[in-house]
Amino acid sequence: MAETILTVRDLSTHFFTREGVVHAVDGVSFEVEKGKTLGIVGESGCGKTVTALSIMGLIPKPPAKIVEGEILFRGRDIANLSERELEDVRGEQIAMIFQDPMTSLNPTLTIETQIVETIRRHSELSKEAARKRALELLEEVHIPNAAKRLEDYPHRLSGGMRQRVMIAIAISCEPELLIADEPTTALDVTVQAQVLDLLDELRETHGTAMILITHDMGVVAEASDDVVVMYAGQVVEQAAVTEIFDNPEHPYTEALLGALPQLEGEGVRQRRLTAIPGRPPDLVDPPQTCRFAPRCKYAGGDSCTSRMPELREIRPGHFVRSEHPASERARTGEAIHA
Amino acid sequence: MSTDGALLRVRNLVKHFPIKRGLLVERTVDFVRAVDDVSFSLHRGETLGLVGESGSGKSTTGYCVLQVIRPTSGSIVFDGEELTELSGESLRRMRRRMQLVFQDPHSSLNPRLTVGDIVGEPLAIHKVGSRNERRARVRELLDTVGFDPSFTNRYPHEFSGGQRQRIGIARALALSPDLLVLDEPVSALDVSIQAQILNLLKDLQREFGLTYLFIAHDLAVVRTMSDRIAVMNNGKIVEEGLAEEVYGNPRQLYTRELLAAVPIPDPRAMKERKRERQRLQAALAQQ
Repeated sequence: MAETILTVRDLSTHFFTREGVVHAVDGVSFEVEKGKTLGIVGESGCGKTVTALSIMGLIPKPPAKIVEGEILFRGRDIANLSERELEDVRGEQIAMIFQDPMTSLNPTLTIETQIVETIRRHSELSKEAARKRALELLEEVHIPNAAKRLEDYPHRLSGGMRQRVMIAIAISCEPELLIADEPTTALDVTVQAQVLDLLDELRETHGTAMILITHDMGVVAEASDDVVVMYAGQVVEQAAVTEIFDNPEHPYTEALLGALPQLEGEGVRQRRLTAIPGRPPDLVDPPQTCRFAPRCKYAGGDSCTSRMPELREIRPGHFVRSEHPASERARTGEAIHA
Repeated sequence: MSTDGALLRVRNLVKHFPIKRGLLVERTVDFVRAVDDVSFSLHRGETLGLVGESGSGKSTTGYCVLQVIRPTSGSIVFDGEELTELSGESLRRMRRRMQLVFQDPHSSLNPRLTVGDIVGEPLAIHKVGSRNERRARVRELLDTVGFDPSFTNRYPHEFSGGQRQRIGIARALALSPDLLVLDEPVSALDVSIQAQILNLLKDLQREFGLTYLFIAHDLAVVRTMSDRIAVMNNGKIVEEGLAEEVYGNPRQLYTRELLAAVPIPDPRAMKERKRERQRLQAALAQQ
């Protein structure tokens, strides 16, 4: 039986700005199981990072506010904890790594100081024991010459090595959930592969649950068990990773996959890519209709533009928020031909 | 005229940047060999993709071609003229025919100029036509790149990344160049917008017979744009050839390692690709 670590239910995080209320996250639900990786994929501004920051209690209040929903970590609602209570959850139970390892590390402190600081904040270990643990951690994330690297300052390390240090700090208190927000976006492709392999290895050895946030469909395919596709603050599709890539249902997911340049195949040089026209909607007071409809080639003058489609289970474990999912289009298409 | 029909011929290009030490009296202690003996040719209407990781020297190579950076040594022949020997007015005359499109559409457009002024600036600098003719040309250019010409009096910050990149491309096209050096033109854009810009670049190339030097780190993007591909590492071209050959049958271990590292949207291929990476790493470690 799968053990659910995190349940996010109807989460809505809005930003109250002078221009109006920005519905950055609007009714998002998902679960993360022990030892599994949930990939959250979407383009800039789709709400994937705000979702993660809401879970971590790191959204800037004001202007942001969780206006609705629950974030249940092992059954306990952490959406409305005090700052003091949150500090114990963060690091110890849920840890996060960010896109840019240079700005998340303190440039004036050695690697050792920064790891020891985290360990000591969350445990009773002596300074000496914490140092020993820091060394073990660097070895665990495969940093060569770990003992020597401990004394270095962050600028001495390459981007990939810095991200390994961030991962070492994140796993130092053995969190049950690790949130990785675009952890490899700033890295070169060969280093990216190594960091993704490392995350996968850690998930396996520690049974950590993971949320991997990315804009890259390739990274999702490589590193997730389950996938949530977000668009304009909402979940538009959700399924197991093979299901998403084999049978994408939402026109947006299909279009995203179609827009990806291919590494192989004949005639790619001559072919045009299938671009998605237009761009995502403004999230200040968005209309209560399908948010993808203005860019969707299947949206007609029907219900798409008059009401918001529900997120519905089209096959067991496969959810989609659209009036025109691929499998239903195929079926009605057949009916017309017959 | 050049003998082999190439629009651009780069031979033994070298660019070293000095590493300086000392507080009051600077002395050069060593050199970074950013570009280290690079040669390639580019034919009219063709795209050469220059792909590599950060620090491989691909952008420096592009800047040397345009003489934005003066190379340490080597030859760059553009349409029969040796660029490294030109300066002043004669270089300026050649530069009209080669333009650069930058990566970041946020920092490469002057925030104080209107869209119309940005696109019209190259025309004004090179004193092309009358004011009215320039204005008409700007509208025509914006229309060509799919940017609503009625927005010429707006400022760049009012537009999204994709729209701003269209402005940058319109500016690059203003003087009807032969060669565009595209330095990571879509890496700051979302996938759906990236596809729009790549399609636009393909259309423009066909319509105006443009020649592209396409620089990017994303191997799939380079593949979809290029006739030939040169893979760079540590300032050198390690492998060069027809796109389908370099990717389909890479000869160098480094190229194979790069290709095996690209995450592809196929979860079923994941395990096999991971094994391939491990094999290659072992092979590279033995070298």
